[in-house]
Amino acid sequence: MAEQRARTQDRIATAVLTAIAVLTCLLLVAIIAKIIISGASKAFDLSFLTGKPQQFKEGGGIGPELFNSFYLLLLTLLISTPLSLGAAIFLVEYAPDNTFTRLVKTAIEVLSSLPSIVVGLFGFLLFVLSFGWGFSIISGALALTMFNIPILVRVIQQALEAVSAEQRDAGLALGLTRWETTVHILLPAALPAIVTGVILSAGRVFGEAAALIYTAGQSAPALDFLNFDVTSLSCPWNIWRPAETLAVHIWKINSEGVVPDLTMVSDGTAAVLLICILAFNLIARLISRRASRKLAAE
Amino acid sequence: MKETTIPRTLISTESVGVLYDERERALGDVTLEFASGTVSALIGPSGCGKSTYLRCLNLMNREIPHCLIEGRILYHGRDITKPEQDLFALRRSIGMVFPRPNPFRMSIYENIALAPRRHGIRGKIALDELVERSLTAAALFDEVKDKLHTSAYALSGGQQQRLCIARTLALDPDVVLMDEPCSALDPIATLAIEETMRSMAARGICVIVVTHNMEQAARASDRTAFFYLGQMVEEGPTERIFSDPHEERLQDYLTGRIG
Amino acid sequence: MPSLSTVLSPPEPAGADTAGSSRRTSSGPSLSHRRGRMTKQHIERAGKCITGLCVVLTTLLVAALIFMVAQHGLATFITDGISLPSFLLGTTWNPHQTDASGAPLVGALPMILGSFAVTLLSCLLVLPFAIGLAIFIVEIAPGFGRKVLQPALELLVGIPSVVFGLLGLTIVVPWVRSWAGGTGYGIFSGSLVLAVMVLPTVTTLATDAIAAVPDTYREGSYGLGCMRWQTIRHVVLKSAAPGIMTAIILGMTRAFGEALAVQMVIGNAAAIPTALFTPTATLTSVLTMGMGNEATGTVQSDALWSLALILMAMSLVFILIVHLIGKKGAKIDG
Repeated sequence: MAEQRARTQDRIATAVLTAIAVLTCLLLVAIIAKIIISGASKAFDLSFLTGKPQQFKEGGGIGPELFNSFYLLLLTLLISTPLSLGAAIFLVEYAPDNTFTRLVKTAIEVLSSLPSIVVGLFGFLLFVLSFGWGFSIISGALALTMFNIPILVRVIQQALEAVSAEQRDAGLALGLTRWETTVHILLPAALPAIVTGVILSAGRVFGEAAALIYTAGQSAPALDFLNFDVTSLSCPWNIWRPAETLAVHIWKINSEGVVPDLTMVSDGTAAVLLICILAFNLIARLISRRASRKLAAE
Repeated sequence: MKETTIPRTLISTESVGVLYDERERALGDVTLEFASGTVSALIGPSGCGKSTYLRCLNLMNREIPHCLIEGRILYHGRDITKPEQDLFALRRSIGMVFPRPNPFRMSIYENIALAPRRHGIRGKIALDELVERSLTAAALFDEVKDKLHTSAYALSGGQQQRLCIARTLALDPDVVLMDEPCSALDPIATLAIEETMRSMAARGICVIVVTHNMEQAARASDRTAFFYLGQMVEEGPTERIFSDPHEERLQDYLTGRIG
Repeated sequence: MPSLSTVLSPPEPAGADTAGSSRRTSSGPSLSHRRGRMTKQHIERAGKCITGLCVVLTTLLVAALIFMVAQHGLATFITDGISLPSFLLGTTWNPHQTDASGAPLVGALPMILGSFAVTLLSCLLVLPFAIGLAIFIVEIAPGFGRKVLQPALELLVGIPSVVFGLLGLTIVVPWVRSWAGGTGYGIFSGSLVLAVMVLPTVTTLATDAIAAVPDTYREGSYGLGCMRWQTIRHVVLKSAAPGIMTAIILGMTRAFGEALAVQMVIGNAAAIPTALFTPTATLTSVLTMGMGNEATGTVQSDALWSLALILMAMSLVFILIVHLIGKKGAKIDG
């Protein structure tokens, strides 16, 4: 009977779909477990975390790379957040319904679809070559900023639009300008969502490598934390020096394939990378949960 | 404090109409006058243009893209539809209360102090005084005087709406527009708001209320205007409108045949 | 006792008719409010300018990117005189060698085919899983989907591509080698890694598309006596088809542009991909490896920029396709 067939199909379909769902969860668990377990021996070894990388010998560490990853992240967020905030506010509050706005929206959409290697190569052309900064932290930070802007603009835009229009109406009806309404009423209300979004974008930036290979470079000069001469190569805060990050390090040692303990160093670096990103995700989730709890309590 | 002033026209409209998207007519040819110290009610079935008309008076319709306002709106004798009009100054003198209470996500104190501070009032003493006066004028001070710095969202619906009224009064307007202010409130809170309307009028403020509730209009207002399908059909003293309506559409509305 | 009006004297409207507008006995316009009235316009203009500047800067950067990549990419044909057909259809990529006529061997066809091959194969592999997951999340177990699956997908999308490349190198390649023979590198390994990488993207978008199907469609189908799977197959999926296609195209965009993860498992031999299990190359893999080795301005470097230009052009094509699907979908609905 047709109905019998339909029922069997329904049951098979449900079983298959459930299997897919379970498989996906297992896959994720397996991936994370594999990375952390393989890298655990190195990732929790302090000498690995603070040691210098080795070009040819074994026993290399990731000290400079670890610092570089965080420093680059900090600079990228410092530059990209205000820029994205301004752009998002413009799109939400001021953008007139004309070709200029359409152009802007298209530009941001194009930027979000471009492969990160292309963004990195543009950074190479503009910052490293044309501006003459060479492989440097600032070149990398600006490339990462371009990579991060579409993500942040979308997050901030959504956060602002989620604040009810009645709040904006109330502000305007009190004689406030759109700018004041945005800054004093909408932004504070949207802040938890914005902060969550920024932290999640930090996770993406932290793991990005393709955009950095040809901007921040693949070399990690030894860092002397007692050196405060910002023009010296060994000063950690010098933004004109090349700076290999954790992600780039993984790629580089595997593509060179020279270091004897290649697998262990890669696995350890990958584990550190993943743990940091999971931490970012966790913090973002906690902030978001605390914010919604505060809202519900009011 | 009683102000014995002769009521004079504060705000009036001449043949005002509104077009959405530059072609969809929501309102046409409305000519009305509103005097100080009075409560005027705008009644009519939903969707007949009452709120649209109200939002012309403080030019809130300007914030909607592609919304066209026709005709003249005179405030203190000056046409405010002219482009040179300072929108921000206008909205300090013409306040608005919305259908659903919309306090800011801050403390009660901050809700009231935010706009005056942005308009140039500094100094804790001046602001403290302002907050107390506004809350008193909105008949809310006694209920919240011990928790001024707690969140406005902890208040009840009726209290939140009175907070919104206080927020508007803090800027010392002479016209207060109220768009169905009691639609989200229970009957007791509604009566409290109506009392506040009367006390505002007693202090010389011109109060213009859009309401769905005929009994409210009859109770609380001095003059009433009836809107139907985007036109202002009939207006006059409230007592006369309800006891002796001239227009057939108004009669039908009052007896419940339409709307 | 001072009244409200003396605490805050409202300003006169601009160009006020002072004869008839003595509002109340105010203490005269104070300095603060006169300054307040002027600076309100300034505040609004300043706000518009600052945010407008951010937007203009971003747009300029994107324009500069497109321009500079195009400029360097087109130099291969304009300055170095390579012919476009020989570039796009040439089957040998060995820029440091020249052919009989002295032109460097810059045939990009192997990489173009390689990129398309991994993109198409990875999306083919991921399709059943992504749609299956999406159906599961929306139709079968929304609670579990929201609490477990969606956070899991969010985590998956957050894992860096290098790490996926590393997993590909240490797990996928040896596994493929064990049953397919050869080196284990190649299009299949690349597609497998890419499939896992684009799974979250395609799933999330497909979930949105399926969730957007109005419940009235489903209720109508159940009302006719159909079972759940029949409803899903014949009503929901058909209605969500444009959205699902968009999800796939966006997954392809990500796969096409992925550089490091692919480069680590593809084998990096610039030969026309003849089999799934032989080392080959993609546009991104050659770019990643080659750019550092060539001096700018040489024909070899220009050829690499032409590869970048193809990459960029394909991204724009993908965006265009997504827009066209969106427009067609809107026409069907409207």
